[in-house]
Amino acid sequence: MKPPLIELEKVNTWFPGSKTILGKPRSWIKAVSDVSLNIIAGECLGLVGESGCGKSTLGRTVLRIAPLHSGEIRFLGDPIGTLSSKELKPYRSKMQMVFQDPKASLNPKMTIFDILKEALVLNTRVEKHAYLEQAVELLHLVDLRSEHIYRYPHEFSGGQQQRICIARALATDPRFIVFDEATSALDVSVQAQVINLMKNLQNTFNLTYLFISHDLSIMEHVCSRVAVMYAGQIVEIQDSRALFDTPRHPYTKSLKNAVPVADPEESNTLEVLKGEVPKLSDPPSGCHFHPRCNYAQDICKEKSPLKSETGDHSWVRCHFHETLWAQGTLIDN
Amino acid sequence: MAVQTDSFADMALQVKKDHRKMKWFQFQRLLRRKTALLSLIILILALLAALFAPVIAPYPDQGMGAVNLEHRLKAPGSHYALGTDIYGRDMVSRVVFGARISLFGGICIVICAAVIGVPLGLWAGYNEGISGAVISRTVELFLSFPSTLIAMAISILIGAGWSTAIIALIIPWWPWYTRLVQAEVLSIKQTLFVEAAQMLGYGKIYIIFRHLLPNVMTPVMVMILLDLGPAIITIGLLSFIGLGTQPPMADWGLMVWEGAPNILSEWWISVVPGCAMFIVVIAFNIFGDALKDILDTSG
Repeated sequence: MKPPLIELEKVNTWFPGSKTILGKPRSWIKAVSDVSLNIIAGECLGLVGESGCGKSTLGRTVLRIAPLHSGEIRFLGDPIGTLSSKELKPYRSKMQMVFQDPKASLNPKMTIFDILKEALVLNTRVEKHAYLEQAVELLHLVDLRSEHIYRYPHEFSGGQQQRICIARALATDPRFIVFDEATSALDVSVQAQVINLMKNLQNTFNLTYLFISHDLSIMEHVCSRVAVMYAGQIVEIQDSRALFDTPRHPYTKSLKNAVPVADPEESNTLEVLKGEVPKLSDPPSGCHFHPRCNYAQDICKEKSPLKSETGDHSWVRCHFHETLWAQGTLIDN
Repeated sequence: MAVQTDSFADMALQVKKDHRKMKWFQFQRLLRRKTALLSLIILILALLAALFAPVIAPYPDQGMGAVNLEHRLKAPGSHYALGTDIYGRDMVSRVVFGARISLFGGICIVICAAVIGVPLGLWAGYNEGISGAVISRTVELFLSFPSTLIAMAISILIGAGWSTAIIALIIPWWPWYTRLVQAEVLSIKQTLFVEAAQMLGYGKIYIIFRHLLPNVMTPVMVMILLDLGPAIITIGLLSFIGLGTQPPMADWGLMVWEGAPNILSEWWISVVPGCAMFIVVIAFNIFGDALKDILDTSG
């Protein structure tokens, strides 16, 4: 069994909601509550969920950009949850992030070389006089040409900008990269290019990815394992194939049903979940999903379900997953 | 990748060469714009006039303040190209000598105000803690009084004179820059490129100077250029009430104010220095605008 690169233990990320006059928070927005998760070295873990379920916040928490309220994060066994920003420095270069909006994540007043150099400076393997050479090499890695290096970000298309962001993330020689909706803002054809590039780079440099998206259909192609998040909690983790074929959590099933099928013969009304995503400032009691779940019973309102292992690195958090599994309720025919 | 590392070194050399060519090309592009070139020439001429005022002025002694009472209030004509003022001094000489005081004073005020105001605004915008709050409240305190009133009070306090008038004007002037920059920073610091820099582990000071400052420079430059005219006028106002430039010295703003009572009959006394100021300020604006267009990198 491969060792985990990153371990999350009961991680809570809360943001202050309303504040008292003295500036103390009166209420909290619980963007991530009680998440325990292992990310295995070399895998691409997908994180899927509705908008506002806390998946981006979870990604930022792992990189220690969002405030960790309680819990522990370990990187290759080293606890990094409570390190100060100074102590974090050596870990920063090992963990990088690529954002949804490539245009906004590149400083419009800096040339591509300046942008890459900023990251290369932190890479201890690169010598000072070789920054330009290294930057050119990085551009080639992401299929851009060397004469692009003194241009400004606005001179590139969205897909090229995203590839520059990937080059920047690679410049520090990282082990782990979080892709936060990194392909959502791109055209479908460009999306495919960027995804293929990501996969190639993962093989070349033996990288570990956390791929955050709301698009379940991309997940199947990109990720080896997928975690499903609902209202700040992870409800299920499975191999991406298995997750599609045999979902074990009712929420996974409804997410899957909401993916449109490119087949005119299929009925054109999608089964959509009733109700809204709960407010993260006041999540439902017990299982967060119970107000919208078709199979909910009294116990779901009272008790939060525990993790139950369903296989290697797979688990589900549902009181009735065994009955649902036995009856085959969640499996399509 | 099949490409060898030494070929990356060659490529690096090549792009470096191309980049130098590109920069020279940009400068040429600036000069090829006719209005930009014209305004640059005007600015250089104004600067030269200020530097060599004693050589250029037809009546250098009058430019420095010598009175010439038998020729008072002469209209523009062959002898005095732009007329004479109430003391009979040649307007051409006065304007040329006035360029020394007014141009230098105006530039000094706005540059100092920006140099003080911009860093404070960057800090106050980026840190919302106690230091930021103290800066914001101080700025609001200054902005809640009319700036001319503050300048007058300070001038009286530290004594009348040209240099004290400039100090007295910088003090109420910098908060405008702080407020402008603070508002800009509040939106820029939310952007992803700032977060990306934080993710690389860079600290506050680095992010402020490398990421925030370049992105607020455009509005700051516009404000500096727009403020030059008002700054020259306001030194003139202080001079007019006896707190700025002392009378025998020439000062465009002071000349405008001096001519104001007789504007209908002896219009040239106000209009000539007013035009000088107008031309210089417009030249600054056009040149600044062209510079901004050419250096603009945000598409």
